Amino acid sequence: MIAELYEDKLKDLQQKAEEARELLMKTLLEAGSGHSAGPLDMADIFTAFYFHILNHDPKNPDWEDRDRLVLSNGHICPIRYVSMAQAGYFPIEELKTLRKLNSRLQGHPHRTALPGLETTSGPLGEGVSQAIGIALAANLDKKKYYTYVVTGDGELNEGNIWEAVMFAGKNKMNNLIMIIDRNNIQIDGFTENVMPLEPLKEKFEAFNWHVFEADAHNIKQFVDVVNEAHAVYEKPTVIIAHSIAGKGVEFMEKDFHWHGKAPNKEEEKEALHELRTLGGKIRSEHQ
Amino acid sequence: MLNDKFKLNKKLFTEDVEKAPTRAGFGTGLLALGEMNPNVVALSADLTESTQVHLFAEKFPERFFQAGIGEQNMAAIAAGLAVTGKVAFISSYATFSPGKNWETLRTTAVYNEANVKIAGHHSGIMTGPDGATHQATEDIAITRCWPIIQIYVPCDSIEAKKATIASADISTPVYLRYTRDKTPIITTEETPFEVGKMQDFWVSKNPQATIFATGYMLYYALVAAKELEEEGFEVLVVNAATIKPLDEEGIMRFTGHTGAVVTVEDHQVAGGLGSAIAEFLAKTNPLPMEFVGLQDTFAESGSPTELLKKYNMDVPAIKKAVKKVIKRKEH
Repeated sequence: MIAELYEDKLKDLQQKAEEARELLMKTLLEAGSGHSAGPLDMADIFTAFYFHILNHDPKNPDWEDRDRLVLSNGHICPIRYVSMAQAGYFPIEELKTLRKLNSRLQGHPHRTALPGLETTSGPLGEGVSQAIGIALAANLDKKKYYTYVVTGDGELNEGNIWEAVMFAGKNKMNNLIMIIDRNNIQIDGFTENVMPLEPLKEKFEAFNWHVFEADAHNIKQFVDVVNEAHAVYEKPTVIIAHSIAGKGVEFMEKDFHWHGKAPNKEEEKEALHELRTLGGKIRSEHQ
Repeated sequence: MLNDKFKLNKKLFTEDVEKAPTRAGFGTGLLALGEMNPNVVALSADLTESTQVHLFAEKFPERFFQAGIGEQNMAAIAAGLAVTGKVAFISSYATFSPGKNWETLRTTAVYNEANVKIAGHHSGIMTGPDGATHQATEDIAITRCWPIIQIYVPCDSIEAKKATIASADISTPVYLRYTRDKTPIITTEETPFEVGKMQDFWVSKNPQATIFATGYMLYYALVAAKELEEEGFEVLVVNAATIKPLDEEGIMRFTGHTGAVVTVEDHQVAGGLGSAIAEFLAKTNPLPMEFVGLQDTFAESGSPTELLKKYNMDVPAIKKAVKKVIKRKEH
């Protein structure tokens, strides 16, 4: 059961999310490369997870009754690292080591490198299956924890995702909650141009999942939706979290309206490049 | 002659030698593990009976998971189970697992150091009439290049059961390679099995070459050794049931006095047992070597016997390779 989210706690979370974005910018600039859009747009949700939703203990990361948060789209790990540092899994100072030699903060998350990571991820499409395995183990061990898995939206191009979605639907896995970062972009452009996902809600419903939609930047609403998801007993649940790529960085938000009409090809390319390089300040991952 | 200390099957060279597929040893080994360890779970990708997982599935239905025809999903679910304290066995034809799901296994099982055991079935041209699509002939190569993984290739059904059970002794990934067709029983229940140890099943007074064989091909290597002896050629035949970790000390011991090597495997010669031994000998004690296996080609449909003959992997081919390597040594 997730605790009631009172007004003062909500303000505290919103403040934490802002701090997370600041830390993210510093961390990415220090690293000099990596992904920026996804981590920024997931800052509110990761803050909600680490400071309100998850039943966890940063001082005892292997606690066997903890809720599991699996990150499938491993490339957005900077936000996970930032949230973990804020929550006390490791010193904030260590964020400076991201992507550097001898660091525990690998460019894509590696489970055995850093306590508190549940899986190794990066190659897309594998996280939902891994989360299913963890949730199956919970059933075998008669444990009550929830397994949450965050995926990208472009990642849904991967066939493995739908193998996993079929499996979870078949097995009515009500201890599994999937969150899709629906930011509408992937490396080569807009998701609906590269490989259309819509109608996404109907796709999941057809696979016997319960579907919620949420605003990825409204912490209160997201927590409410997760609470509702806990009440779904007969199916696995997916939360399609609509996000704004680059949320919180003025030029990113101001200049590009990712939810609006697609710009022309050249503008699309330029806008994505700007977004991924923090306006030319870092090297884009797939440059 | 057969090495007494290994208590091998006395009927080995007789017409009525017992035969069983190594996959049967996997099925009974997995069942035994299920009884020994409540954390053992098994997954199948719609090939439950063919890969002999049905024995486990029938006994422990709550610990068996049907993934359908989705080998990537099966692999990553197993990884999730494994990081949560389970010993997860996944089972399919080796062309699909670790073939089709290679990167999924690399990331979620191997690099992740998850306790996943990969059972690859229908290995080699011994798979026969199904044709090259279903004959896994590169699976050792694509797993041997992974760090962390261990690779066991049992020579018969009895050793297959022992290898399956032994794979659960470590908490990191193991690749287990099995074959479909019935093959002669070489060992007995009394034959010792130790991971990472090569065994000289055939010994002679003054061996002129060492044959390293892996999997059921060991039988043909032993028959070749017997026939060669009758023709006046003395050899050693070594059972290489563990490909990784490679028994480097064993290789040195078994080749030091022979000075020539023939490797025998139902696999592409590129990247398999022969390559592993050549890589090691090249840096320690370079020797003339011959490689019996698939010579950079895909095979085809046919009976196993026909295929072994056509692709130069039968007893005459092994004997020819031995004579050739001994001749090369003399120059």
